Amino acid sequence: MPAFLLSRFLQSAVLLVIVSIIGFTVLNLMPGGPLAQYGLDPGMTMDDMERLKDQLGLNRPIWVQYFDWAWRLVQGDWGTSFRDGTPVLSVIGRHLFATLLLMGSSTVIAIAVGTWIGIRGATHRYSLFDYVATIGAMVALSIPTFWFGLVGIYVFSLKLGWLPAGNMYTIGDGSVLNYLHHLIMPSVVLALVHIAIWSRYMRTATLDVISQEFVKTARAKGVTERRVLMKHVVGNALLPMITLAGVQLPSILTGALVTETVFTWPGMGRLFLDSLGYSDYPVVMGLLMFSAILTIAGNLIADIVVALVDPRIRLA
Amino acid sequence: MTTLTATQAPVRWWQSRVMRRFVGHRLALLGLVMISALALICIIGPYLLPYDSLYIDLRARFAPPMTGQHYLGTDPLGRDIAARLFMAGRISLLVGFTAMVLATLVGTLVGVIAGYRGGWISAVLMRTVDGFLSYPSIFLLLALSAALKPSPMMITVIIAITGWMEVARIVEAEVRSLKEREFVLAGRMLGLSRMHIMFREILPNVTGPIIVAATLTVARAILLEAYVSFLGFGIQPPLPSWGNMLNGAQQYLATAPWLAIIPGIAITIAVSSFNFIGDGLRDALDVRNDTL
Repeated sequence: MPAFLLSRFLQSAVLLVIVSIIGFTVLNLMPGGPLAQYGLDPGMTMDDMERLKDQLGLNRPIWVQYFDWAWRLVQGDWGTSFRDGTPVLSVIGRHLFATLLLMGSSTVIAIAVGTWIGIRGATHRYSLFDYVATIGAMVALSIPTFWFGLVGIYVFSLKLGWLPAGNMYTIGDGSVLNYLHHLIMPSVVLALVHIAIWSRYMRTATLDVISQEFVKTARAKGVTERRVLMKHVVGNALLPMITLAGVQLPSILTGALVTETVFTWPGMGRLFLDSLGYSDYPVVMGLLMFSAILTIAGNLIADIVVALVDPRIRLA
Repeated sequence: MTTLTATQAPVRWWQSRVMRRFVGHRLALLGLVMISALALICIIGPYLLPYDSLYIDLRARFAPPMTGQHYLGTDPLGRDIAARLFMAGRISLLVGFTAMVLATLVGTLVGVIAGYRGGWISAVLMRTVDGFLSYPSIFLLLALSAALKPSPMMITVIIAITGWMEVARIVEAEVRSLKEREFVLAGRMLGLSRMHIMFREILPNVTGPIIVAATLTVARAILLEAYVSFLGFGIQPPLPSWGNMLNGAQQYLATAPWLAIIPGIAITIAVSSFNFIGDGLRDALDVRNDTL
């Protein structure tokens, strides 16, 4: 296990370095580069700009600048927002909860529904259910998340009036129920694509496990079909799904950004778009790096969990 | 696919096993029919309609579908939605297709080199792939489109930048296993150049997986274009795209829902067509990988 952990940590560290290089490149592609903030000030002359460049060390070789930037990143100095001067990390922190809430609830929905569809599709292979699920999954993967959200708002908010069309809570009503009421539609909208992905993978994984010897043995011992499924099949089929959950993180974040926009959800996605609109590059860069770090951390955690659960990996 | 049919001379290409299985896959065929119909109507549609996609008629604002000759209604400026939908389709499909070509080229190049050369070259290339995959594609896409001027060509390039990794991974894995085969060894013993072995000997054997991945990449590219354009950072008006047609639709959802519904259906049809085709091709070409 320690060897496995060490190698996984090292891999993640290498990945972090590569991600930071990509991020730094994007930062330098931004109009005006890191100086964009000052470019907006009409009182700045070219001489001032040059002096600032000198002061901020922007005339140094590019790799020196990179190491400087990366070192400050490691220390937690992610710069300050152009808009209100607050540190980028605390701006992100303010919006983190809303996004995690949305991602968490939609992941729970996606796993619950997707697992069920996947297992049923595998145990009733080539049944009508299986065909509908297969085609349904492919169509679900093709529907733009924001459009699904708009249709949802039209039907459930405007026509039926059952669910709120946006925001995280009604102002003046901070009850849990009120939060949940607002959470339903965005999390279902965000979950749709992931239900599709999850159910496809779960179906394949279940089929793999069902055909293995130990399942045959269990059946031969006279264990009921239901018990075979619950005790022997599902647990083993879920194993690769842990890795999938990690791998899917970036796509959930992408979905969250779009969903948050449609439902005016005050999370990281909205923050990203707002910051982009205000050319608030430090926050944009911060979110870009933060989302990548979140993904790497998620994958690392998924791998460690798999290793904890599955001795074959841990001991290999 | 070409090599396969070329070696079996008496069998015409439409009689090949691949073709039979592809046609046997009804969904794939449906996808092919749908996307062909959609592409055709986007190409000839604008010539058949009485309105230009940019013609503004302020007296006919927010006309619901089927009013007069506005078959799909009009938008907040009184422009004909059908005409705009078809023009937008040209752009969206073209952007999606071009982005796929770019992404597939880059992905294949990286995959072949990484897979064949191995060692530190492979390590650097494939970790870069992992690095790009660590970013949520839309974040990277939006940051880049804010950084660079969002012309249609630039949007296409940016979409390709966020979409070449899947192809690279698939090709790398295939090439890595193929390079141990006898025909590669034979090629080396014959003194063929590395370039020749990589691109003339090995690459043709990876055509199947590349075609499948490319098809699914078109679907992804069309979706991504729709996302960024919907958010206002993609194709810029007055040039219509399916995504930017939806851009202002939300505020008129109560009064003019067709503004939101119609372009979304077009996107869904286009994307699911490519997904169906990709899935059918995967079965037909017997490509074993579980990317969805």
